[in-house]
Amino acid sequence: MVNTSELERKATPSADLDRAATLQRLIQQRHPLPAHSGLQTIRDRALNLLQDQALPNTKDEEWRFADPSALYAIPFQPAPAVDVESMGDWTVGDWAIATLPIRIVVINGRLSSELSNLESLPPGIAIGSLATADETLQPYLAQQQGMNEVFTALNTASFSDGVVIRIGKNQRLETPIHLLFLTAPSAAPIVTTSRALVIAETGSSATLIEEYGALDGGSSLGTSSLDASNSNPYWTNAVTEVWLGDNAQLHHTRTQREAATAFHIGKTTVSQSRDSRYSLCAVSLGAQFSRHNPEIVLTGLQTETHLNGFTLAVQSQVADTHSLIHFAQPYCIAKQLHKCIANDRARVVFNGKLEVPKAAQQTNAAQLSRNLLLSPKARVDTKPQLEIVADDVKCAHGATVSQLDDEEIFYLQSRGLDRKSACDLLVKGFTAEITEKVPSEELRSRLLQSVLSQIQS
Amino acid sequence: MIIENSEVILSVNDLTAEVDDIEILKGINLEIKAGEIHAIMGPNGSGKSTLSKVLTGHPAYTITGGTVTFKGQNLLDLAPEERSREGLFLSFQYPLEIPGVSNLDFLRVAYNSKQKHLGLEELDAFDFDDLIRDRLDIVKMNPAFLDRSVNEGFSGGEKKRNEILQMALLEPTLAILDETDSGLDIDALRIVANGVNQLAQSDRAILMITHYQRLLDYIVPDYIHVMEGGRIVTTGGKELALELEERGYDWLTEAEPIGAGV
Ligand SMILES: Nc1ncnc2c1ncn2[C@@H]1O[C@H](COP(=O)(O)OP(=O)(O)OP(=O)(O)O)[C@@H](O)[C@H]1O
Ligand SMILES: [Mg+2]
Repeated sequence: MVNTSELERKATPSADLDRAATLQRLIQQRHPLPAHSGLQTIRDRALNLLQDQALPNTKDEEWRFADPSALYAIPFQPAPAVDVESMGDWTVGDWAIATLPIRIVVINGRLSSELSNLESLPPGIAIGSLATADETLQPYLAQQQGMNEVFTALNTASFSDGVVIRIGKNQRLETPIHLLFLTAPSAAPIVTTSRALVIAETGSSATLIEEYGALDGGSSLGTSSLDASNSNPYWTNAVTEVWLGDNAQLHHTRTQREAATAFHIGKTTVSQSRDSRYSLCAVSLGAQFSRHNPEIVLTGLQTETHLNGFTLAVQSQVADTHSLIHFAQPYCIAKQLHKCIANDRARVVFNGKLEVPKAAQQTNAAQLSRNLLLSPKARVDTKPQLEIVADDVKCAHGATVSQLDDEEIFYLQSRGLDRKSACDLLVKGFTAEITEKVPSEELRSRLLQSVLSQIQS
Repeated sequence: MIIENSEVILSVNDLTAEVDDIEILKGINLEIKAGEIHAIMGPNGSGKSTLSKVLTGHPAYTITGGTVTFKGQNLLDLAPEERSREGLFLSFQYPLEIPGVSNLDFLRVAYNSKQKHLGLEELDAFDFDDLIRDRLDIVKMNPAFLDRSVNEGFSGGEKKRNEILQMALLEPTLAILDETDSGLDIDALRIVANGVNQLAQSDRAILMITHYQRLLDYIVPDYIHVMEGGRIVTTGGKELALELEERGYDWLTEAEPIGAGV
């Protein structure tokens, strides 16, 4: 564990709240399902899992370094359904990218067919709403490992809609699918339950760009009542399940650019069958408190996994990534690079767990965590967690924590760049190693812009 | 070339500087006029690189005395980037590797910083591409180097050529070359020297730091200074280099030994 400053662990008033009671309240308030919904059994099963649970705090090992307690003090209500008319001046705005024509827009957890665009979707690829899920999805929905973790189970017990993407056998989709999970501002604090299910069948190949944020305000109207309500906290509780069939391939980008007042707790679970290839580029920039858990379970032989992550936290942001790669079979390859930048008083956490049981011989895994601290008060906790039982494996890991290098800054200054431009260029260089994996030029440059402007403010 | 009554570009008077409370420069005096080529030689640790870094404004060094005038301005008042934009350039003895920053982006930002400062047109990526390809030719560098991170994984010689490429792009009034010849084979040395000679014009000047007389066959200096223990102990013409190569540095200071740096 690399600690750059000593943690003062003080009891916050919210720690005294009854974490079980908060969970019960969230359960009570859920939106009911329509009669005969195909989701009922799935929700009931999750409800059972939640019976004896409480929401976590820093006493839970998995939550030691990033305290979610502030969340429990806010009386979140389930996010209401929002149709296009009632959106008023709020728009999808800049979230849509012209060069990504296949677009699915989910507002407050509900798929909006008006705002989505599936015109250019080729045959063999199906995208639809989870509200109408039938029994063909039963083997997939909420069937992955990690479903009993409390926030995930709460999502499963609460969701009434979401997105299902099915890439048919041997289908190849070159154009990225742009999946937007947006929350509409509200006068009261709301919790959005976002859910996606991605099934890539045998031999298929696709690219998915999944983004989280808030609807754009009608800025030309100045301070409308809606703008004011934007300062209300909201909470996104997101779960995406990905199933990769034999020899299937998915390039997955996930960005979290929630509003500054938001809480974001998200899980990406991935199950990889034999010979499948999965790459994730996860970029986390927004929210006052965020947590992302990518959990990859390699159920087949000879799979390949690339996890790339970038987190920026500024001011008093807290951003936590807990990843897991669980090996089960021989000959699997996994490469992970996670980079973080922390400025001001921000905290970032990276915990990267690799589970390599006896059966997973010939595993080849490498994990690297690189962190850049831009302020003496910023803090990073980075920890590899290797649980290796198999004896014939290659598992490398490393972590670095550094600051911007004075010699590098001077070198750039000696070529005419002022200090700020020099620092920007170095930050851009640090970030671009991850963001260059994003398969959209427009999105790449927006992410870089966003990083630079957040660091300046 | 020595030109009668030409403008003084750099004037260093009794310059002293320290790092971590250790005095390294102990009173440097040096005057460089437009058109001239100067060379500084001297044993390891005598303060040659320190002088070049002090002149370009490295923050690790504290000036404790003396003055430096560059093109009529107090150089020590200027930030490192202002010194660069005003036409001072240092080819580093050990050029840095900057992972993640593309060489092309870096060169363009550097070029445009200077253009902006001079009130000249900044170039977009497209026009800059034309310019840089032209300059690449001077140092015979493969365009593939532009797409790589600044100096990352470059060989020693490639790094030095990249420095000269930057010099050719920024066209400084005074270029300080700190051991740009070290570690170059003869072919690379010729290319680098050719690049430097193209820059040498009547309104510009060059200050090169070297250990080897070999460089001076290709870039012929008007003056050679010898540095020892933080001072310039001798100044002579180009023939001094041959004598130094034969006799070493000791004979210069035998009469009056100086507690030189390591
Ligand atoms: N940042 C620093 N911190 C501590 N000592 C320094 C620093 N920079 C230079 N020195 C010391 O100052 C002295 C002069 O160093 P400098 O690099 O200027 O020598 P040089 O003449 O360039 O040597 P060389 O021919 O080996 O390149 C040396 O003793 C060196 O160790
Ligand atoms: Mg030196």
